[in-house]
Amino acid sequence: MAGGGGTGGGVSASTYAGLRYWLLLPSWLVLGFIVLAPVGVMLIYSFLTKEFRGGVIWEFTLDAYDQFFFDRGLFGDEPPKIEWTYILIFWRSIWQAGAATLLALVIGFPTAYFIATRPERVRPIWVFLITIPYWVNLLIRTVSMKFLLRDQGPLNDFLIWTGLIDTPIHVINTDVAVQIGLFYSYLPFMVLPIYAAVERYDFALSEAAADLYATKWVALRRVLLPSVRPGVIAGCILVYVPSLGAFLAPDLLGGAKNFMIGSLIEEQFKGNAGNWPFGAAASMILLTMVMIILLLFARQQARAEREG
Amino acid sequence: MQDNATYAVDIRSAVKRFGSFTALDRVSLSIRDNEFFTLLGPSGCGKTTLLRLIAGFEDVTEGEILLFGEEIETLPPHQRPVNTVFQNYALFPKMTVEENVMFGVEMRGARRSEARRRAGEMLELVRLERFAGRRPAQLSGGQQQRVALARALAPQPKVLLLDEPLSALDLKLRKAMQMELKSIQRETGITFIFVTHDQEEALTMSDRIAVMSEGRVQQMGEAREIYERPHNMFVADFIGDTNLLDVTVDRIEDGRAICHIGGGHVLTCDAVDGIGAGAQVHMSIRPERLVLSDEALGAESLAGTVVDNVFIGTDIQSMIQLENGPRFAVRTSNSDRGARRIFAPGAQAFVNAEPGAARLLID
Repeated sequence: MAGGGGTGGGVSASTYAGLRYWLLLPSWLVLGFIVLAPVGVMLIYSFLTKEFRGGVIWEFTLDAYDQFFFDRGLFGDEPPKIEWTYILIFWRSIWQAGAATLLALVIGFPTAYFIATRPERVRPIWVFLITIPYWVNLLIRTVSMKFLLRDQGPLNDFLIWTGLIDTPIHVINTDVAVQIGLFYSYLPFMVLPIYAAVERYDFALSEAAADLYATKWVALRRVLLPSVRPGVIAGCILVYVPSLGAFLAPDLLGGAKNFMIGSLIEEQFKGNAGNWPFGAAASMILLTMVMIILLLFARQQARAEREG
Repeated sequence: MQDNATYAVDIRSAVKRFGSFTALDRVSLSIRDNEFFTLLGPSGCGKTTLLRLIAGFEDVTEGEILLFGEEIETLPPHQRPVNTVFQNYALFPKMTVEENVMFGVEMRGARRSEARRRAGEMLELVRLERFAGRRPAQLSGGQQQRVALARALAPQPKVLLLDEPLSALDLKLRKAMQMELKSIQRETGITFIFVTHDQEEALTMSDRIAVMSEGRVQQMGEAREIYERPHNMFVADFIGDTNLLDVTVDRIEDGRAICHIGGGHVLTCDAVDGIGAGAQVHMSIRPERLVLSDEALGAESLAGTVVDNVFIGTDIQSMIQLENGPRFAVRTSNSDRGARRIFAPGAQAFVNAEPGAARLLID
């Protein structure tokens, strides 16, 4: 303790700073392994040359990105034209994920509101009921959805039985089937954050709005919604982002022509037919898009926060 | 004096049950126009439930509520021309102070410019015009309270309901707001229905008070009347400090009840309907209406020993133990000390009740 500053047992400032870095090490390792390393590998692979049976040759090239955006003819010797195939697949994914998110919002918001307004004791039961199906593997759930939605499936049988329709509604292998599948896959991610926000909401505010001559609808729109908006935005992000890259629902419910980014990427890494650098490049483009969307949301959120 | 149509709020045997619990039991109240009316009672007495029935947040189980002669008990809250100042203010957190005050005016169909003008007026009334652009969270408790008041007054309600609006403020601010509320009520001429558990607040502010307990109105009247002539045990005990004595009525003579108060001591007071000879009831005497003397001033001077003196600001309260009898609290105003003597503990003294001070209570 000689020269230790006299405060027995005390740790000097510089030792403390050093210790702090050591204590943070585990989180850095985890972040490095599960976030930075995989993304880094993808980023590097996207700039490498493809090996025909899958895998890569360690030779730098922009071919993967070139192939994504430009069409140079069958033998690659024609003047480059814009390649619309993949851009359209991306566009379709943006739209499909958007529709699924909207569907999840329209159904998830009232559900969350319903749960949050139940007596406090029974709320956990409702939350539990919402999450039960999600203990089953996503693949199984998606296949069941296919069974439910097909032309001779229970849903159509039921609708015909009630007399609402005469002929089965054809849903399978359409955009709607994909949207329903995506919506179903990620619904809890919409319900739970909104539920958390509505539960914290002070319903005296709704009473105050009604007292000040607002109808239920106006009170909802002008008082409740602004208060729970962070939960709604979180729910939308949590549904939209995984929907954008999903491949199970589009594959199983959308059929061959309703391709989405997720399926495109998945295909590049499956079996021997794939193209790893191309899949990696598509992943990087998807990642960039998601980052941009999140950034826009974050900025919007920050602005809303500044406004109160 | 008034026919029914001119009562601001007329509640006719309103009953409110929550499951098997009866929150309000056949409550009838007629509140006049331009009146500062207070519902006073301990927590759980049903006063807030009654206010919520008038506002429309709860439905009556039985009974009628009339607003200026019109039945309103089936209307939803947004169709009732009454506004509420909530206990915790319930200001809209995402709106500015001005937008909060404009809200009700706009909802009643006014144009934005008109609503803004009206909000300006109201904020001026509560002296918050400089804070129009702030968010509620950026204001102090007292300021939020005033915004809540401005917001509720802005749409010009026929009746303003105030649910313990001052309970969250500290004592000094509360006193100041009491005066301000009272003067705003006079200025605007709007009927105020004010809910509180604070009897002092009720006594200072109200034109009339309804004292409530266990879902019933125990007594209704002007502040002075309720304080000086409490009907029953609950009211006497709840409003102000009092000496409550167990007494036995010996006989009734010429409208006066002669009562034994224990230890051979006797006090006489006005007889009350329903209390006859032999009844064992309670008697209430306010401490400030008792006077100490060093010799008997009359037949009913009660001899006792001073036990203790406590300084309580404006008054000194002395405890006097009667021989074999009850113990009395006697208050002597500090400004009277020239005229009235304070006796040291241990001294002999006589307790004298002012005429009309002793009241018999129905249980």
